[in-house]
Amino acid sequence: MSARLTRDNVAKVADLARLDLTEADLDRYTEQLSAVLDHAEDVASLDLDGVPPTSHPLPLVNVLRADVVVEGVDREEVLSQAPSVEDRRFRVPAILGEEP
Amino acid sequence: MTLTHEPIEGEHFVVVSESTGDEWEIVVGLEVHCELATVTKLFCGCPNMFGDEPNTNVCPVCLGLPGSLPVLNENVVELAMRLGRALQCSVEPSVFARKNYFYPDMPKDYQVTQFDRPINVDGWLDLPDGTRVGIERAHIEEDTGKNSHAGGSGRIHGADYSLVDYNRAGVPLVEIVGRPHIRHPEQAKTYIDELRAILLTTGASDAKMEEGSLRVDANVSVRRVGDTELGTRCEVKNLNSLRSLGRAIEYEARRQVDLLETGERIKQETRHWDEGAGRTRAGRSKEEAEDYRYFQEPDLVPLVPSAEWIAAIDAAMPPLPAARREALAVASGLAVTESGVVIAVQRDLDQLALATIAAGGDGRRVLTHVEHNLSGEGSAGLDPATFAQLVGLELGGQLTATQVKTVLAEMLVSGRAPDVIAAELGFEAMDSSELEGVVDGLIAESPEEWSDFCTGDDKKRAKLQGFFTGKIMKATKGQADGKAVAVLLESRRVESL
Repeated sequence: MSARLTRDNVAKVADLARLDLTEADLDRYTEQLSAVLDHAEDVASLDLDGVPPTSHPLPLVNVLRADVVVEGVDREEVLSQAPSVEDRRFRVPAILGEEP
Repeated sequence: MTLTHEPIEGEHFVVVSESTGDEWEIVVGLEVHCELATVTKLFCGCPNMFGDEPNTNVCPVCLGLPGSLPVLNENVVELAMRLGRALQCSVEPSVFARKNYFYPDMPKDYQVTQFDRPINVDGWLDLPDGTRVGIERAHIEEDTGKNSHAGGSGRIHGADYSLVDYNRAGVPLVEIVGRPHIRHPEQAKTYIDELRAILLTTGASDAKMEEGSLRVDANVSVRRVGDTELGTRCEVKNLNSLRSLGRAIEYEARRQVDLLETGERIKQETRHWDEGAGRTRAGRSKEEAEDYRYFQEPDLVPLVPSAEWIAAIDAAMPPLPAARREALAVASGLAVTESGVVIAVQRDLDQLALATIAAGGDGRRVLTHVEHNLSGEGSAGLDPATFAQLVGLELGGQLTATQVKTVLAEMLVSGRAPDVIAAELGFEAMDSSELEGVVDGLIAESPEEWSDFCTGDDKKRAKLQGFFTGKIMKATKGQADGKAVAVLLESRRVESL
């Protein structure tokens, strides 16, 4: 019952999510995630003609706010929470490994 | 390989390969991001302000802190719909989605955008040359923070680390996805000009390319003339000016033709324009859409603008550039495609031109001045009645074209009437008998040159026409009208044959 998700699929998703999984993790998650998809498949097997897709569980649309400034947070307080700060900016590692 | 460019019937821009003689067509689709002119950000009450001190316009929502919740800004919806309707789109019920990626410009590790259900779909934009460019969609999304790369060479590739300012994170954007209906670099620039005019007219954005509130990416491909299938495209980024846009499209088209003609294939990728080097460079290979793992933003409910809201936007829609060109063309008697008409609307001087024409100014002359002698700013105070009076003096031959220009410049400064200024500057009408006297005197002074002028070949005559015109202008201190001088010289020449 778990043919719809391959181990390679899981490895790719893990890579996209920047998760470093062991071989054993990959096996376990392939099995668990397949079970989740199988459950979704059970729902899909129902006759759903004429049932519109649910875009949100709440019966609400158009929750809007007025375009008015609300005071944010103090910069010093924000920056004090950061691991590294320079020139009043967040200092982060260069994430450009994928750049040629 | 050398390439030449030939427009065909003014419609297609074709790259002709000199090595094979083959003709290639350029196909361009533009994606434009523009920041909306709201007071606050898309999902929080932080100011939407360019150029503030770094990290001063931030709060838990736009910093992606746990427990914070986004709430949609009503004015974003208003401006996005105004733009959509101006682009002839239909406004649809829409939902927001998370686009997941890891890059420190978004502290949440996702960007909220609209994916499969955008607010505006299926519109178009008509260019002044009559081309209709389809608009696939114009959806709402949030802008990212601003990274600056430090250390190393200071450039992206050599950077050791990045510094991030989140003031821009969460600023509302509309991304306008155009269909690949553009066929040459100039047309791409015109499309942006036209789009910018619409953004300004509707008040949706200040559309400043230099401040990044209007950003353009170009999808460029080429195909052999006559082919109907689209070629593989490359997305060119880092286009910071209209000039860069035109140059990048041209460069990229040449590069692709070059590759295809040597039997290579085009790889679909993102390329960065390097203005200094005048070339594009390969960037990261484009992540597939599924790699962004879009899913519906669970913290936001669907957006379903009421029919009343949409109708109110339509009712309040100001006249758009195409309609303004049409009105000006009718009033001036020129074609909608004439540069004077196009430029008057671009510079927001069409109301002035219309009022001047209504006050009796000759349409063509008024638009010639708008095109060549007036700029957008500083001309607003020009009084249509006095402007019309000036054009009348010009048309009546009381002032030469050069004098009109001088008087107009003075009118812009002092706001005084043209006849008063002209009199003060000594620009008095030179009547024709006075001019004839000067011309006949000068002819008598230079009999040899005159004889050569009368009987010489075209080249010699053109040279001597310049000789006599120069002398006449000098003798009249520039008050003679150039056209009248040319007519008089020609009639004297014919008389003497």
